This record gives sequence, C-alpha cells and structure tokens, in this order.
Amino acid sequence: MTLTAQADPDIRPLIQPDRARTTLYTDPEIFSAEMRKIFENTWVWVAHGSEIPNPGDFKTGQVGLHPVIIVRDRKGAVHVHVNRCRHRAATVCEVSNGRTNSFVCPYHGWSYALDGSLRGVPYEKGYEGSLDKSQFPLRSLRVEEYHGMIFATFRKDIEPLVDFLGPAKKWIDLFMKQGAGYPVTTLGEHKFRFPGNWKIQLENTTDAYHFPLVHKSFLTATDKETQASLDMLNKGGFVEDLGNGHSVMVMIPELIDLEDNLDAPIPEKFKDLAAELAKDHGDIEVRRIVRAVGGSGFNLNLFPNVACSMAFFRVLQPISVEETEIRHIAIGMKGGPAAGNRARMRLHEFFQGPMGFGSPDDAEVWDRVQHGAQGDHELWVMLNRGLATESATAEGHRRSDVSAETGMRAAYAQWARMMAV
Amino acid sequence: MTTQPITLDEAMAFTWYEADLLDSAQYDEWLTLWTADAHYVVPIEPGATDFENSLNYAYDDHTMREKRVSRLRSGLSISASPVPRTIRIQSRFRLLKSDADGCDLRCAQILTEFRRGRERNYTADVEFRLVRDDEKLKIAQKVVRLINSTEALTGIGYIL
Repeated sequence: MTLTAQADPDIRPLIQPDRARTTLYTDPEIFSAEMRKIFENTWVWVAHGSEIPNPGDFKTGQVGLHPVIIVRDRKGAVHVHVNRCRHRAATVCEVSNGRTNSFVCPYHGWSYALDGSLRGVPYEKGYEGSLDKSQFPLRSLRVEEYHGMIFATFRKDIEPLVDFLGPAKKWIDLFMKQGAGYPVTTLGEHKFRFPGNWKIQLENTTDAYHFPLVHKSFLTATDKETQASLDMLNKGGFVEDLGNGHSVMVMIPELIDLEDNLDAPIPEKFKDLAAELAKDHGDIEVRRIVRAVGGSGFNLNLFPNVACSMAFFRVLQPISVEETEIRHIAIGMKGGPAAGNRARMRLHEFFQGPMGFGSPDDAEVWDRVQHGAQGDHELWVMLNRGLATESATAEGHRRSDVSAETGMRAAYAQWARMMAV
Repeated sequence: MTTQPITLDEAMAFTWYEADLLDSAQYDEWLTLWTADAHYVVPIEPGATDFENSLNYAYDDHTMREKRVSRLRSGLSISASPVPRTIRIQSRFRLLKSDADGCDLRCAQILTEFRRGRERNYTADVEFRLVRDDEKLKIAQKVVRLINSTEALTGIGYIL
C-alpha cells in the first residue's frame, strides 16, 4: 500500500528573480509544500545555547509544523526530539521550558531518557516479549551549533551547518561581539503573532526602505543621536546576498565591528550608563560595553527562520498560511554588569514586542500586506528595488544599496530552488 | 501627606476613574495620576517582582508614559491610527494592605479592544500601589499581569 502522494504546486509561473505572485502568501497548498520541502530539508534554528545552559534543561519549539523538544543531556550534548510518543502520538512535554530527568508520556506512561531512548513501558509483559525498546526512541533530528546558535534538521545527508551558513559565519562572529567580552546570553523574549504569511516577516528583516516611514513614531520618540544613527537610508549602508538564501543588511556602517573605534567619544545618551559602569570597570571595558549596548549595525537574515537583528535574535515560526509567530529574543552579557544588561532590556522594550514603539507598526503593515494580497492574484509583489545598481563583490556576492531588495531576492531564490525539487 | 489609611471604597473609585480615563482617551489627566517616581509595568514572567532587572512588555517611568501618550495622539503610528477602542471592566477588588504609607490593591481586569473589524480580549490581574498625596490619591506603581503573558500576544496599540 502506498499513501497518495501530495501533488506539488507548480511554482514556476509564480516567481521570477525580481517578483513573486501573492499566492505565495495566500495559497494553503503552497504553505503545505513549504513545510515539507523547506522546513524538513534544511537547517532550522531552534535555540541559543544559553536558553538551556545546564544538563536536563529543555525548551519546546517547532521545526516547521513538527513540535520538538530541545534538551541538553547529562554529558552536555544538545538533542532535538520530535515531541511525540512512539506509542500513540501524544506529546511527551507541554511545558515551554524547564529542567527534567526524563520525558514521560502522560497517556500510558512510556518514558524516555534525555537522549530520547525509550527506557520504561508500563505493564510491558502485555507485549509478550515482542517489544524491542531500542526500536522506539523519540525521533531525533540532526543537531549542529555555531557560536551558540543551535540548528536542527531532519536530513542526515545535507551539508554541515558551517557550510550551509558559509559567508554568513563572518557576520555571526561580528554579531556576537556585542557580548563586549562576556559570553552572549538570552535575557527573555517578546512573542507575538500577526495574521499574515511567514515570508512577509522574512522580507522585512532586510527591508530598510520601510524604516523611516513605518517607524516614524519610534524615531520621533527617541533622542536626536539615535535618530541620526538610524537615518539608515543616508549612511552608505548596503545589502549583500550571502548565498543559500542568507543576506546581510548593513544599516549603520560604523557599527559593523563593535571592537573598532573604542576611543571615539561616548554618545551623550550613554553618558549616565558610562558613569555608572565606571564605578566598577576600567575605561576600555566601559567603552566596549557602551559601544555594544545598542547592538551591531546590521541585520543578518538566515534562511528560513532566524535573524541576528542589531541587538536581538528574531525568530519566525509559521503557524498557518496566514498566521505567523514572531519572537524577539533579547540578548546581553552573561556575568556582565547589571547596568549594561538593564540598558539593553530597556532599549529592547522601547522598540520590540507587542507593546513596543516599533513592532506593532511592523505587524500592522504586514497585516495589511496579507489583506491586500487577497486582491487580484495576477498582480506581482515587486522585489526589484536596487537591481539596476547591484554589483558583485570580490567574493562574487551580489550587493546593492541599503534600501535595495537584494536580501529578499536572495531569500526567494533559495525558496524557489527548494520548492522546485 | 496625611496618614489616614486608604479605604477599599476610595481605592476602587480611584482605579475605576483611571480605567475610564484610559477608555475615553483622556490622557493628560491620566498622566497626572502618578507619583514622580512611579512605574507602569506589564511584566512577562508570572510572579516577577524585580521588574528593573527583567525584560517586560512595558516598564514605563514618567518620561516613557508621556512618550506612549504622544504616540497614541501623533497619528505617526500606523498601528495606533486610529487608536483601538477599548472597554475595560475591573472587579474582584481586594485591599491586600493599607496603612499610613498607602495601600496595595489587587483586582481583575477584562479588557476588550476593537479595531479594524477585529475584537480581541486581554484578561489580567492588576496590582496597584496607591498613596495619598496632598489629599488626592496617586499611583505609585501599576502592574498589569496578563493571564497569557508568556504566550504570543498581538500588537497592543493602547495602554492596558
């Protein structure tokens, strides 16, 4: 007996290098195909190591639509298991995070070790010796990590994570400098949903063009120095295609490397913080922390679901063709000065999350995109901005000005490659 | 400051007044209800008490409250143009403590927002620290503990 194969939508008429049909946002069959062809066939970000620092620490999440558990075992290795009992499919964990010795299915009591192996089956004699427990571990994904960023994949045979990241690795290295000499740690997260397709959010992370308009309310509320710093369309930034759907958008070129220019004057807005830090820290350390407190001057968009976005991780989780969950995970200095981490959290609260001065305005325009996308599916979503001035770097990467849609073209090119298989 | 303890009736009348100011968008008056060092807090973790050293949804001092009000009025924020209409009900009041320094009041709040054809609800425990200042009550701290604070919310373009 074979299961009926799901018909694959023909995506060829739907996408060109510089444009896409709105059915990419609205067609449930395309969404279903994306969950299989993309999310089951590539590296998907699942956690930052600091979210599960100790043996037994776990969090739950999703890879595509598969519920998963991300857990650190007794020896410190991270496992990602499908959150589904091998007996009759109940989830074995419904807690968002915590610490445990094992996972026990609440239905019939099958119990699993942290590494996923099946340990206990109540009333096992009912199987009359025919149950080989070694054949029924939790289904585990392949897991690899770069700079604390943990990714998982269902595929045993795709390239190693470091090869998938490729030129993006350099930007991850730069991003992690905002630990200012301390390890980067997560400081909590803002989680919200918007009624729209996941790719609308994916596009937005490399969209500088919207910033001065959509975030006018935020810019008006902030100080003059921040306004000048975020005048991103006039600062010589760029967007670069890093391959495999990844891209980087440099908005504030002087903040690419947070260890450069440490002798520059401390901005007025951080004078109080610097004075507080100076009570316990030497001058160079104060300068390093203060320079890093607002984050890096770029967004690194990693296909398909995570971004290193200035001062936080942006994680997107498709829920349905027209619903997406976004997490903005704040980061700071593990063991670093509390004043520095407080400053980072206040900046995060100011812009991010459901009550921030930035995110709700983003969510509103994404909601508008989803609504408008119901209108005339023959019309194209145009992704051609900055194409005329695009050129190749010495490494052969396509690059254009900061407001270009180069990063979106990179993501959709990867989308098309994976969906065509 | 007088030392007369705040009664439950006084506290209830005051927080209903605050709720009505928010629902009827009388923000200038709302901004005067607070002591100079008061915080308006919407925490994420249930049971959180060290708000300053935690990530919150909102942790507003006077300056941030003023900015939040400006945002609602400016017309520059697309998610607050128009500002969602809200109607909030507060009940189940309990005076946890009341003495010469002020009172701690806890109540339930059920809020309905309406905007662009969508109705959404947010339910919360609200904790007030109230003090008597020159014969008037003032808010020394307001903490809105959403029942679903650790789950995904939607954009909240108003003041809870």
